[in-house]
Amino acid sequence: MYLLATDLWFILEKAILIACIIGLSFFIAMYTTYAERKVAGWLQDRHGPNRAGPFGIFQPLADGGKLFFKEEIIPLASNKILFLVGPGLAMVTSLVTSTVIPWGAPVVTGNGTIPLQVADVDMGILIVFSVVSVGVYGIMIGGWASNNKFSLIAAIRGASQMVSYELPMGLALIAVIFMTGSLKMSEIVASQAAHGWHVVYQPLGFIIFFVCALAECNRTPFDLPEAENELNFGYHQEYSSMKLGFYLFAEYINMFVSSAVITTLYFGGYDIPFVNEAAWGLEPWLLSLVSFGVLMAKIAFFLFVFIWIRWTIPRFRYDQLMNLGWKKLIPLALANMIISAAVMLWLRR
Amino acid sequence: MNIIQILFWFLSVLAIFSALMVITSKNPIYSVLWLIATFFAISGHYIMLNAQFLAIVNIIVYAGAIMVLFLFVIMLMNLNKETEPQKSRWLKIAGALAGGCLLLVLVAALKSSVTKEQFATVNEGSIGLIKNLGKELFTTYVVPFEISSVLFLSAMVGAVVIGKKE
Repeated sequence: MYLLATDLWFILEKAILIACIIGLSFFIAMYTTYAERKVAGWLQDRHGPNRAGPFGIFQPLADGGKLFFKEEIIPLASNKILFLVGPGLAMVTSLVTSTVIPWGAPVVTGNGTIPLQVADVDMGILIVFSVVSVGVYGIMIGGWASNNKFSLIAAIRGASQMVSYELPMGLALIAVIFMTGSLKMSEIVASQAAHGWHVVYQPLGFIIFFVCALAECNRTPFDLPEAENELNFGYHQEYSSMKLGFYLFAEYINMFVSSAVITTLYFGGYDIPFVNEAAWGLEPWLLSLVSFGVLMAKIAFFLFVFIWIRWTIPRFRYDQLMNLGWKKLIPLALANMIISAAVMLWLRR
Repeated sequence: MNIIQILFWFLSVLAIFSALMVITSKNPIYSVLWLIATFFAISGHYIMLNAQFLAIVNIIVYAGAIMVLFLFVIMLMNLNKETEPQKSRWLKIAGALAGGCLLLVLVAALKSSVTKEQFATVNEGSIGLIKNLGKELFTTYVVPFEISSVLFLSAMVGAVVIGKKE
């Protein structure tokens, strides 16, 4: 049997890494819900959750427990199988992107190096993009299977919004790929550590990418698929219990993962700015830990920006959303791409 | 059986089964979803042939964009079992015969071809890697590549013109 001859340690190492990343994503997503409510509290001059534990620190556990024990309702007229598939798909697509993100500097041990990245494939950035493009199905299938016209309208809104904003996102990415000459996530981080962060060279590209990330996560000001005042509750209106929890949770995991992607592409990933951390002579595992901490700090900042925007800017109208996507962001992204290409050619970098 | 063979059989069975489900499902939504599964299985095959770029583009373009539009249209048209037009029996028989003839021609053509011995090599060759593919596309095949992009542009302009017509 050849099958048993495969490197079992390799599989074990990756399995542990995957388990850690999924656990981490869930944990961060849980506390992002808490942060969202706390930040909303500050911005609206009130306290936010402060009853469960000190400073309300156990609030996410209470919320999760409540969702678990809610009654599970499956509408009679719904499509049973797809009604169950929808939330699962939303969760899976939100988690899959985290496989290609480098979470820290590789750990060097006596027996070789262990990269803190599940898969360092040649196509790294394109895999992120393909998962984003497949991410529409969770919303579409769930909204259609509910057999409710509000859900269907929300699903179709969500799908057209996500398809529209993928285009400027991809065009902004091309300029980043110009700078590094590689699609590998690890090389994108390495080139930023060597030449400086991409946000310095690509400020416009970063803004376009960030706006598109907001739209892809269905966050305010682009949360039209769940606009309460016109669509009740959007595509998850018929959902209850943990299936609703999956949809709500998938949004926070999406936020976490897209913050990680933004950090990796534009803010140097796990690189510490202004210093050459390799010259410190730290133990390799300590260096990995520090770089992981730096990455987490940057991600936390972007999560805060996501929340900050949600509680500051009101929702767009649907035609405004489409105008912004097709008539402003795509030409801007195209111009950004062409100018970056021209400058690169001129400088012969 | 090594792991590559196991993967090959798994992906082949998945591709053929989901392709069959596309044409046998009564509900058009299920057909579209099975078609997406077929695209994923075929992408898996591309990866096993070391054509990574093709695999990812297949997912981004077909599974991620074109199928979304298919789902869109089908959801809005609200097609279901009751409204599906029933074809006459003779039409079905004629369709089966025509399809069978096509299959016969394909099998006959493949049987006598010289490429019978040249099986696709799994996990070998580097032309499918993005670096080599890009070099080939922009040096050897640059004229057909640019012409096809102009074709896409004209198709886009045509779609906009049709959409604008009141």
